[in-house]
Amino acid sequence: MTSPGMTPEEILQKMYDETLLGNAPEVLSLTHQALELNMEPQTLLFDSLIPSLEEVGARFERGDYFVPEMLIAGRAMAGAMEVLRPLLAETGVQTIGKFLMGTVKGDVHDIGKNLVNIMLEGAGFEVIDLGVQVPPERFVEKIIEHEPDIVGMSAFLTTTMPMFKANLNALQKAGLRDQVIVMVGGAPVTQEYADAVGADGYAPDASATVKRAKDLLQKKRALVNA
Amino acid sequence: MVAERGWPVDVLPLPPLLHNHPERIAGEVDELAGELLGRYATVAVGYADCGTYGALDEVCERRGLSRLEGLHCYDIYGGADRIQEIFEAQPGTYVLTDFLVRSFDRTVIAELGLDRHPELRDAYFAHYTRMVWLAQRPDDELRRLAERAAARIGLPLSVVPTGHTGLERALEILLTSTAANPA
Ligand code: B12
Repeated sequence: MTSPGMTPEEILQKMYDETLLGNAPEVLSLTHQALELNMEPQTLLFDSLIPSLEEVGARFERGDYFVPEMLIAGRAMAGAMEVLRPLLAETGVQTIGKFLMGTVKGDVHDIGKNLVNIMLEGAGFEVIDLGVQVPPERFVEKIIEHEPDIVGMSAFLTTTMPMFKANLNALQKAGLRDQVIVMVGGAPVTQEYADAVGADGYAPDASATVKRAKDLLQKKRALVNA
Repeated sequence: MVAERGWPVDVLPLPPLLHNHPERIAGEVDELAGELLGRYATVAVGYADCGTYGALDEVCERRGLSRLEGLHCYDIYGGADRIQEIFEAQPGTYVLTDFLVRSFDRTVIAELGLDRHPELRDAYFAHYTRMVWLAQRPDDELRRLAERAAARIGLPLSVVPTGHTGLERALEILLTSTAANPA
């Protein structure tokens, strides 16, 4: 239970700590409490939730956290996002870009992808998640439908990584390759592999994905406006 | 198996849970091999690539070692072609081996945190449609445990008897191909 009468600073700190522990009900309750105090949704996101999930990622890297800890932390943040999403939209925060995401055909690993989605959303992207086992023709169809800025593809098995190339070929054939930025990721993927298949970007984890996505978008927009 | 075949081999295991941290496998193998190369004429690696995504091959090459063929143990037990068929038929297949069946509570349930957080079941397995047990040496006890494992996750179980020939053949190839390592 949250104790009443906390200061905004205390709420931010507690929200950070409870997200780290994956305590979803508590994070949700803190979110409501913060909003009652008229705290800005962006403040909750950027000064508490996102830094907390970044710390979760760092602990995973160091081997202090394994997958379940990562999952429950992600869920705690996602719960708060449910409340904050409509408010962020209301306050007229511009979405910085549209991101279409999917796990490739033949693969049903999606934990990493889902975490990336949460962080992208938190950072202001509109995320359209195509789920798992997305075949090339579905990527093509959904790109035409949603006209995203960036397409993200996730793969975890040595046997499904070649689908990146198949997807890129399908985009090429459909004449869509130049319209979208393509990012690839997943545990087995490396920068070299991403370069070899001809993707525009790669990132090893969720916060790096956000940075890379912003960079790529900025470069592309600069080019278009030039 | 080594005893049955009378192979002149000592087997030194690394912790099986390393499979959940594949980024550490190559380093551990490297370290153990370094130690063993001083003591044995020949050292071979009883891993497939196992999610090291090539890092293990680098160690093997540098140290002049051979490893088991294939991407992971499922290829070895079931044969790469059959495994490919299994995954093509249903991408949402979770594969069990005798080892995984026997240690399911520890290597899968506990490692994935499902004992502490049963609510994560769907986060892991929502997109799965079946479990396939590559039964190497099935007996009543294992059969019971395999059914229990599938029931715990709530997936139907298919049993594919593979016998032990896959592993035996892979080991045979490994042992005959491994002449004395270069000094
Ligand atoms: C959890 C897990 C599972 C869960 C998956 C649950 C789920 N819903 O996703 C379960 C237990 C169900 C599972 C099943 C299987 N798995 Co598995 N699994 C793992 C494990 C342990 C962790 C993966 C994970 O979720 N990590 C946590 C997340 C947060 O990290 P991440 O995935 O790397 O994601 C980050 C980055 O990669 C990046 N990222 C991710 N996507 C994207 C996309 C873009 C565009 C960008 C830019 C970045 C990006 O950001 C993420 C967040 O920081 C790995 C081993 C490992 N430690 O990597 C094996 C592993 C991937 N699995 C493996 C295997 C073999 C399987 C099975 C075949 C096993 C079986 N017994 O049947 C099945 C596959 C079935 C199938 N049809 O797909 C192998 C793959 C080996 C290979 N060479 O292909 C591994 C490497 C384990 C091993 N050592 O053998 N698995």
